Amino acid sequence: MADLIKLTAAEIAAKIASGELTAVEVTEAHLARIEAVDEKVNAYLHVDREGALAQARAVDEKKARGEKLGPLAGVPLALKDIFTTQDMPTTVGSKILEGWIPPYDATLTKRLKAADVVILGKTNMDEFAMGSSTENSAYGPTGNPWDLTKIPGGSGGGSSAALASYQAPLAIGTDTGGSIRQPAAVTGTVGVKPTYGAVSRYGMVAFSSSLDQGGPCARTVLDAALLHEVIAGHDELDSTSIDAAVPAVVDAARNGSVAGMRVGVVKQFRGEGYQAGVLQRFDESVELLKSLGAEIVELDCPSFDLALSAYYLIAPSECSSNLARFDAMRYGLRVGDDGTRSAEDVTALTREAGFGDEVKRRIILGTYALSSGYYDAYYGSAQKVRTLITRDFEKSFETVDVIVSPTTPTTAFPIGERADDPMAMYLADLCTIPSNLAGNSAMSLPCGLAPEDGLPVGLQIIAPAMKDDRLYQVGSAVEAAFVEKWGHPLLEEAPSL
Amino acid sequence: MTVTDLVSYEDALAAYDPVMGLEVHVELGTKTKMFCGCATTLGADANAQTCPTCLGLPGSLPVVNAIGVESAIKIGLALNCSIAEWCRFARKNYFYPDMPKNFQTSQYDEPIAFDGYLDVQLEDGEVFRVQIERAHMEEDTGKSTHVGGATGRIHGASHSLLDYNRAGIPLIEIVTKPIEGAGERAPEVAKAYVAELRELIKALGVSEARMEMGQMRCDVNLSLRPNGTEKLGTRSETKNVNSLRSVERAARFEIQRHAAVLSSGGTIVQETRHFHEEDGSTTAGRIKDNAEDYRYFPEPDLVPVAPAREWVEELRGALPELPRLRRNRLREEWGVSAHDMQSILNAGAVDLIVATTEAGADSASARKWWMGELARRANEDGVDLAALPITPVQVARVAALVAEGSLNDKLARQTIEGVLAGEGDPDTVVEKRGLKVVSDEGALGSAVDEAIAGNAAIADKIRGGKVAAAGALVGAVMKATRGQADAARVRELILERLGVTEG
Amino acid sequence: MPGITREEVAHLARLARLELKDEELDHFAGQLDDIIGAVARVSEVADQDVPPTSHPLPLTNVMRADEVRPSLTPEQALSGAPAQEQQRFKVPQILGEE
Ligand SMILES: [Mg+2]
Ligand SMILES: [Zn+2]
Repeated sequence: MADLIKLTAAEIAAKIASGELTAVEVTEAHLARIEAVDEKVNAYLHVDREGALAQARAVDEKKARGEKLGPLAGVPLALKDIFTTQDMPTTVGSKILEGWIPPYDATLTKRLKAADVVILGKTNMDEFAMGSSTENSAYGPTGNPWDLTKIPGGSGGGSSAALASYQAPLAIGTDTGGSIRQPAAVTGTVGVKPTYGAVSRYGMVAFSSSLDQGGPCARTVLDAALLHEVIAGHDELDSTSIDAAVPAVVDAARNGSVAGMRVGVVKQFRGEGYQAGVLQRFDESVELLKSLGAEIVELDCPSFDLALSAYYLIAPSECSSNLARFDAMRYGLRVGDDGTRSAEDVTALTREAGFGDEVKRRIILGTYALSSGYYDAYYGSAQKVRTLITRDFEKSFETVDVIVSPTTPTTAFPIGERADDPMAMYLADLCTIPSNLAGNSAMSLPCGLAPEDGLPVGLQIIAPAMKDDRLYQVGSAVEAAFVEKWGHPLLEEAPSL
Repeated sequence: MTVTDLVSYEDALAAYDPVMGLEVHVELGTKTKMFCGCATTLGADANAQTCPTCLGLPGSLPVVNAIGVESAIKIGLALNCSIAEWCRFARKNYFYPDMPKNFQTSQYDEPIAFDGYLDVQLEDGEVFRVQIERAHMEEDTGKSTHVGGATGRIHGASHSLLDYNRAGIPLIEIVTKPIEGAGERAPEVAKAYVAELRELIKALGVSEARMEMGQMRCDVNLSLRPNGTEKLGTRSETKNVNSLRSVERAARFEIQRHAAVLSSGGTIVQETRHFHEEDGSTTAGRIKDNAEDYRYFPEPDLVPVAPAREWVEELRGALPELPRLRRNRLREEWGVSAHDMQSILNAGAVDLIVATTEAGADSASARKWWMGELARRANEDGVDLAALPITPVQVARVAALVAEGSLNDKLARQTIEGVLAGEGDPDTVVEKRGLKVVSDEGALGSAVDEAIAGNAAIADKIRGGKVAAAGALVGAVMKATRGQADAARVRELILERLGVTEG
Repeated sequence: MPGITREEVAHLARLARLELKDEELDHFAGQLDDIIGAVARVSEVADQDVPPTSHPLPLTNVMRADEVRPSLTPEQALSGAPAQEQQRFKVPQILGEE
């Protein structure tokens, strides 16, 4: 059983398809693992034991009837608690939605079910996906399986920790400023932010609509690709969904190569604030790429210096509006309704009681940035920065096929260290944010442990919009080279829990 | 302020020049809502036409209704507007429990249609051009019922109940530029504008624009400035004025109220006001202070709307005959004066008359009933003509009964009264009330004989050549037959019996 | 550098319907001042003749046909309601319009 939970999604699917394993066996093994370790990790907010087993049984029955199984049929998955699920609560890590069971499934949830993926439960996250550490969850922090006193990244720390602690071979994340990639980096796992519009946002509780993007999390590049193909594709319920064929990411992952590719290194993605060990592993990755036949090109993207600032105006602005609907009228928490208070007062009391500090902070910041008199200087300028960043990317991709950078400036920091220092916390997303602002695709995959603390370092690969396949082509080549160099996947070096 | 404190209308106009701005919201008649596929059927069970999107559930997203956009373009074109080559939706952020997302998806600085005009004709035939600032797309709110208060109003209610069936129904908001130079005719211009706009909307087929059903709602902004000055005064916004008559009354009341405040040295507060149908007054609502900050920004969940020029031209080419042109055509066909035609329009009777003629009546009698008896009743009841519980088909039937001699005018009026009272179709009413003209010559003959016998002196005068005196005998016969005789025939019979002929 | 005062935070909190406690007002005022101070750099580009980007994708005219789709049942619609009555959402008294 210990071996079973360490299988990749591709291996599990193959073994179920061949009859070597049943979906129920696989699900039970993961449920047992959750039972054994999640008290320590706190990756899951909700585990749907019965639902998962029922889904698994249905897969086994399908198989018994001789029906053709999809490429991930019977593979368990941990779903970030930001996607609506008709049969499970959806809290978004917030007290304001405690116990809420949505009357509808997100498009992504439907796609997973239709693909016979077994949803084990919902994972912990920073409240409304606002954070880089999962400390902002109303339901307590998640620990990093490499060192439980360290953060697992955020906002999708529950998903990354579930993968790194073998509580699921696949997970779903959402990435508004790095919430898939940064957790992947600090937990030694793989995470992909697809091109904006590739994965439907319908049923994904909005934080910042123009930046949010759901994506796959896994322990290998191929597994991420298999999941990518299941969840991506046009959805007529999402006006910002791309109506075009999904790039052939699985083929790309199976045919990794960088020979002859031009790989960009952006000047702005290093300097003060970057941990020495992170830069060391990054530089080694660049050398590795060269040795695999890539040509390295230096890039200058001056607008990236303004990315963090633009992000911390755009995301709060949009969130201040997106989160207005949590008003205690139609669903969720209601506080202070004693029969004498007005709806207005009950709304204000409920929001005060139901939202955590970071959410309130961003709502106020966003309200400020949008208010008359400040709009042009803040929100308006931030949108201009966005144009400049997009142009810098466009110019860069005229000369390179992909860009690489460290995913995060540092490895996982201790829980509590930056909890009340928002500016320090925001720095965790320095390298990931530009791709959210421009809408292109990016991946993080492990590139070693930082010598000074023995914690995972992530390598970020950035590709143009709609060229998500390049991430997988390069990522799987790099992954294979690293595994060969290390003699095993990086995660094997993680302490057993 | 009570009505008695008002300055007289004449005095108000002697000192001040009114400037108006009219904002009209039209609910489109689309099958589905603006941003989701929920039905818009009237009278559905509470919250039976809602989905994650129009309930503002977490995770839900909007998708634009193509007919909503098409309708907006049609309205824009009919209002002689420019149609944006590229425009966006914007979020208007404010909290209100009937608004599920606590922002309204609307348009802000990029409306789909802008810079147009609408020519409206006043009762004396004068044409007044109302400049249009913009027409934009947005969505309606849910409906709240206030429980526990005395009259179902917000004030004093213990709680409210919300039904979101209406939330998300497409609205087009049409905003005029300041209407200046109308002087004492400002209220008339306001009414004529809304009437013309309503005709236009109906002609375009984008909405039934029934004001009494809330499908078309008008906000009247009004300010006064001393005669001969340029600077605009502070305005009041009278919200939800929901009939043509009320539009005129609200404008008139506000002119008088503003004048009273200003001439007594007071200042007008910028506020919303509520119109009261009962007495035509307005009362203060929310004060619009600077705290109101809608924090508009482009709606990130929707992509821009960029109507292709070919599409716009196609829609322009397919516009129906516009109401003013149609009215001119009908005016010629019906042979009425411009003034009469304007009265018909202002009464909201054009389509009713057309429908009545289509149901078989001749245009003269259709006009007669709608502009006479029925207009009087609508006025008495303070409702729009179309809201009366009688259909053009029913009116046409009454006209037919008159034409065939089964009813005289008086009986026809009683029949209409019966229909309005909910007693059924004209034929049913005639039957139930026994309203048929007494055409039985025998019965009529004996009634005439009795009248002659009972009024010998008058009969003698008639015999002596005073034919005019016959009216008294006709009256006696009509009384005896409880009005159910054809008065003309009665007169003939009397003269015949008395051996005289009409001079 | 723009400053953000305690009073300003209180005003923003009212707009955002957050009944902040006194100590939160102080705490947030300090933090927001720092954040705004840091992110205000974006106004460096305010004068540049650059079009703003509101959407990361160059999509336009995404519309759906005016065709009815199934709604939720009223039970589903009301399933999360904190209170309900007569198949409607029951909410505390609403202030304002009258
Ligand atoms: Mg409006
Ligand atoms: Zn709906």
